[in-house]
Order: sequence, then structure tokens, then C-alpha cells
Amino acid sequence: MGTPVCRLFMQREKMIKKTVLNETHRQLGAQMVDFGGWDMPVNYGSQIEEHHVVRQGVGMFDVSHMTIVDVQGPQAKVFLQYILANDIAKLTRQGKALYSCLLNEQAGVIDDLIVYYLNDDNYRLVVNASTRDKDIAWLEKQAIAYEVTIGERPHLAMVAVQGPKARQKVCPLLPERLGFSAAEIKPFNACWFGEWFVGRTGYTGEDGFEIILPEDKAVDFWNKLIEVGVKPCGLGARDTLRLEAGMNLYGQDMDESKNPLESGLSWTVAWQPETRDFIGREALDGIKKETGRDKFVGLLLQEKGILRGHQKVILPDGTVGEITSGGYSPTLERSIAFARVPGHIGEECEIEIRGKVKKARVVSSCFVRQGQVQIKI
Amino acid sequence: MANTPDDRKYADSHEWAFLEDDGTIRVGISDHAQELLGDLVFVELPEVGRTVGKGDECSVVESVKAASDIYSPVSGEIIAVNDSLEDEPELINQAAYDEGWIFVIQPVDESELDELLDNDAYLGSIEE
Repeated sequence: MGTPVCRLFMQREKMIKKTVLNETHRQLGAQMVDFGGWDMPVNYGSQIEEHHVVRQGVGMFDVSHMTIVDVQGPQAKVFLQYILANDIAKLTRQGKALYSCLLNEQAGVIDDLIVYYLNDDNYRLVVNASTRDKDIAWLEKQAIAYEVTIGERPHLAMVAVQGPKARQKVCPLLPERLGFSAAEIKPFNACWFGEWFVGRTGYTGEDGFEIILPEDKAVDFWNKLIEVGVKPCGLGARDTLRLEAGMNLYGQDMDESKNPLESGLSWTVAWQPETRDFIGREALDGIKKETGRDKFVGLLLQEKGILRGHQKVILPDGTVGEITSGGYSPTLERSIAFARVPGHIGEECEIEIRGKVKKARVVSSCFVRQGQVQIKI
Repeated sequence: MANTPDDRKYADSHEWAFLEDDGTIRVGISDHAQELLGDLVFVELPEVGRTVGKGDECSVVESVKAASDIYSPVSGEIIAVNDSLEDEPELINQAAYDEGWIFVIQPVDESELDELLDNDAYLGSIEE
């Protein structure tokens, strides 16, 4: 008997996507998980060890699942000025990068992204993998009124090499000319040569590069990095690193039901010049005037236990908030979290964990940067 | 292949149960389970003296990835817990069948152990 056709169809629909490095991860003994439809390594052994390697030495992550979109055309700049909450007019030097939210008309966050300025009619966006379909649909819909093309680049791989030793390990392995320019670029800048593109950016709070390269070069590049001592790290460590670094994760810390002001992302909204209209501006102007808005804070658990997303935050006056992302901080050896809470929160609060109440302290959401603890323990 | 000693029984929810000489039952989680969970960072131990039924949630282990309930493999009274796990939850990663034990139970009915899986059956269940 054969497999019913309907089941075959379902399997095809649910087919999990793989990056070009998938087989390499398996050979390295990675534990694989379904991450937003992609078969990705969560760790290759101890996640905590992988975390420390990035803080103290150098580790690398396969982030080829992320979506690269080139926005090109004579109106690329005005188009991006209209669809992004941050203002790409700030990008005046070639290769400069900017973090921004992509908002809907209600100022809900469709996605967060990095935009690189290549030249006046060519910008590169790197958006989340899990939001790929709706992002592309949104960009294409908005692009109709502009002289721009939205070009996805699915055949490029992406490797993030992160840690204080990242630059010294990566530069000698880049195609010759690129190695020299990569050694010179400042944080949040990029350089490129052919299809190789190197940004001094990351999602860990450490120095390092995110390298976009042709898919057929990725396995060789990855193996060369291993040879020089760069340790493969999974998405598990990437999550604890970004949490310590105070970096939001789309889908947990913000989504379309939340605006940037209640997600700790006010700093990414360019209010000036007032003459710049962008999608979500009108809604944001209204929200900005409201009083009693929720705020986004960091939490440090004062007792044993682990903070997790969706746990209830209780203020001394009985009002409540919610943890958006939480977990164990390997650097602090304590549990930390981000939470959306009533604006009048003080320094102390309590967290409800499985029916029990534990004490937590309100702190800045940037816990660790460049290997250094940023808060008072 | 997963490490599953044949001197004890297993629940399909990944706990192991070891019958001590004095008739008490020591409980922990399998090596396969600790591997799936990843680095353990917190264990919420049951209260000594608590009476539990077979299959009751009685402890929680938290790894860097997630929190998982531990179910009692038999009915009885919790008579001891592994306090070392409070400061060293990683003992479960390092020695799931020895120093990483979680609690000891005085069973109401020792024959409940027969309802659990032997090592081959457990191995079969996780390799499906």
C-alpha cells in the first residue's frame, strides 16, 4: 500500500528548510531543532560553554536562515525613509548600518531589521527568518508606489563570528582585498567584495562580524574557521547572549500588537525631522502623548529559580506586568529577564513562578556588554 | 546509543526508578532526558514528607532551554531529596544515574514498579 496522497501533500507543505551548512552541523554532532520552519542547531554540546566561548574567545553561528533583501532603484532612499521608523538619512557613509523597526499603520512592529547603506540607490536589509513571508509581502505592497525593486537573495549564506577574538580569526580567511578592509571597518559598518559582504555587527553584545557569502563557499569557510579555533555555537547560546546584551527578540519581546515605545525601542524611532512621514508615525505621535504607558525593563531574580517568558510580574501596589523573555544568564550565574510593566514600577517587584512568588530587582535591560557586567548584582 | 543501565526501571516520561535494598525507590531522569534538556540550571525539589500518586508532578528541572515536570514513577511518600542539586543542578548532566538522583520515595506498593519499562523497552521507546 502506498502513502495516501493527502499525507504526501501535507509532508511537502510542512517540509522543513535547511541551510547549506545543515549536513556540517549534523557531522559536528549538533542537536537540531525546528526554528521557525528551519532545521537549525540549538547546541553542539554544552550551551553554557558555547556562551562563555563567545564572551571570552570566539564562536560562530550559522545564521543563513535569516532573510537578505536588497532594495534597489532611484527611489530606494525615499522608500526606506517612508517604511522604516528609524531614518536612513542618518546613513551618509557607504557601508554604514542602522537598526530599525518596520511598523504597520497602528505602529505595531512587523519586524526589526538591519539596513546597510551601499549607495543612494542600493540598500541591503537583513530581516528575521520567521517573519520572511509577511515582510516580503509588506515590502512588495509598499513598493508599488515607488521606483524600487525588492530582491531577495536566498542563495547567500550567512555566518556570524562573535567574540573578542573574532576579527583576528576572520580577516585572514576572507578573500584577500576584503580581509584588509574588514580589519579597518568600525562597529556597525560593512565592506564587501563581489558577493562577500562583511558587517561588524552581531546579536551577542561582543565584537565580531556577520559575514554574508555565496552559498557554495560556506562549508569551506566554516571548516577553515574551525581549523583556526573558532567554536561552532548553536541558537541556544545565541539566545542567552542576546538576552544578556539587552537585545530584543522578535515574536517574544515585540510583535504587531506592541509598539516600539512599550518594547524598549524608543531609541530606534527617528522623530526628527518632523517633516518626515513614515508608516506608523501618526499612531506613534498619539501614543507618545498618552500617560501611564507600559515600560520595558530588565529584571534580576533575587532568589533561586528561572525567569521565563509570560510569567507574571507583580508590583508592590498589586498591579501586574509580564515577562517577555527570560532565562539563565551564564555570565551572571543568575536568572534575568525583560518585562513589560506598568510605568510607575520602582526598584522591587515579585514574579509568580508556578504558583510561588519570588523577589526580583528592576535593572537596566543591558546586563552584559563586551564581556563586562553592566549592572550591580 | 543512549546509556540505560539494566538495574532499574524507566517511565516513558524519562524518569528512572531504582529499588534500594531497604525497599525504598530512588528516582532521577535518564541520560537521554538530560541530553535532550541540555545544561540544567535549576531543580525545584519536592517537599520531604509529601505523599504523591503514580504519575503526579512532583519536581521541576529547568535547563537553559526550558522547564520540565518530573512525574513520580510510583505512589508513596517522599522521604529524601538530593539537596546537592540546589547548588549543583549540573550533577544531573554529569551523572544522571548516580549523583544526579532527585528524590527517594517510600512506595505504597512495590509492585507498581512492574508497570514501568525495562531498559530494552525504554530504549525502544526513545528510538522510535
